[in-house]
Amino acid sequence: MEGTKIPEVIERHQTALLDDWMKQQLAASTLRSDLLPSAELREQSREFLELLRQASRQAGSTDVAAPAWQPLRDMLTRVSRSRGEQGFSPSETATFVFSFKQPLFSRLAEAYGGDAKGLAWDTWLATAILDQLGLFTTEVHQKAREAVIMRQQQEMLELSTPVVKVWDGVLALPLIGTLDSARTQVVMESLLQRIVETGAEVAIIDITGVATVDTLVAQHLIKTITAARLMGADCIVSGIRPQIAATIVHLGVDLTGVVTKASLADALTHALQRVGVSVNGRPARA
Amino acid sequence: MPALKDEMLPIRADSDIVLVRQAARSWSIDAGFSLVEQTKMVTAASELARNTLVYGGGGTVRLEALEENGRRGLRLTFEDRGPGIPDLELALRDGFSTGTGLGLGLSGSRRLVNEFSIESQRGEGTRVVIARWR
Ligand SMILES: Nc1ncnc2c1ncn2[C@@H]1O[C@H](COP(=O)(O)OP(=O)(O)O)[C@@H](O)[C@H]1O
Ligand SMILES: [Mg+2]
Repeated sequence: MEGTKIPEVIERHQTALLDDWMKQQLAASTLRSDLLPSAELREQSREFLELLRQASRQAGSTDVAAPAWQPLRDMLTRVSRSRGEQGFSPSETATFVFSFKQPLFSRLAEAYGGDAKGLAWDTWLATAILDQLGLFTTEVHQKAREAVIMRQQQEMLELSTPVVKVWDGVLALPLIGTLDSARTQVVMESLLQRIVETGAEVAIIDITGVATVDTLVAQHLIKTITAARLMGADCIVSGIRPQIAATIVHLGVDLTGVVTKASLADALTHALQRVGVSVNGRPARA
Repeated sequence: MPALKDEMLPIRADSDIVLVRQAARSWSIDAGFSLVEQTKMVTAASELARNTLVYGGGGTVRLEALEENGRRGLRLTFEDRGPGIPDLELALRDGFSTGTGLGLGLSGSRRLVNEFSIESQRGEGTRVVIARWR
């Protein structure tokens, strides 16, 4: 970065800057001494300052995505993650970075004296850098949260057994949502497993809740139906909506040989008759 | 003809295919497509996105909202820098798959849209363009 005094100002006043910054952070209303002891906050601040000094000396520009900023980004990634786990909000973590502006600006003003243009330029550079770094901590926060949600979804997927035994010998599997291949696999396997466990004769696969049936989903369906048949159970596919039916036909997927019913209610009637239950009227639609 | 709006999405993981389907759905709705038209476009997008990932080793899709003589449309361009397709005619045949699929992704999605074109260079990659009009 050309014409900047940022690295030398940090170098010359490193200890004073740290003291100023700490004083400010400890006095701020956003301080979370309940979550982070001040000794740890001081250590994080010290490390940030040191890495900022190194990066601003080496960096060719204020683009904090550049390699020169890597150690500082790594440090902020660690801090954001651990703060996220400690219960800090994303804006509280970003404030850690933003709050360094004031102490830095004061020292820059001192260094430039009457040179207004020089000061304006460096203030602009410092703002650009600290803003990007603050936003970066927010991104890390978000990613960490997404990872947690993904993990929870995965766990729920494994925990949930969506196969319902609706009658002796009759199983139903309501498929809901996006059938990406991982989920389809898990769900279909759990159906086959339940067929073995219960000795079911009929299994209803209801796809009312499925938005898209592409060739991969169709293939999973066909494979499951074939495997079920080998285990002595017949499958009925219900809930194929008109737009899905039209699409399947255009794709060229062959569903002849697959028993289909418009609604889950129709499929149930059919299934119960199959296992010898006399059905009075049609079951109420949900 | 310039697009009214365009956007590029990465296709690098299974979860990206879900996002491509979601985007194709919402752009189809914006184009005023009927439920059947939306479903066809989304399904074709799902097929081509998966090919891009599985056979092309990942790539991108570009979505473009179109308007021509008062008709609205949607164009999707799938691109990868994978191994390419040595025999296009064969690949477009119903039931042909070098993998474990049904071999209906390319031929089927061609039937689901109004415009379909495919270019592929061995060792350089593959580009599939589809469009649907209201
Ligand atoms: N993007 C691509 N890059 C390389 N090969 C492809 C690509 N897309 C399709 N192919 C080839 O075309 C064949 C047919 O594709 P498709 O009709 O979608 O069937 P499937 O995906 O079931 O194999 C694939 O098996 C593959 O060999
Ligand atoms: Mg395919």
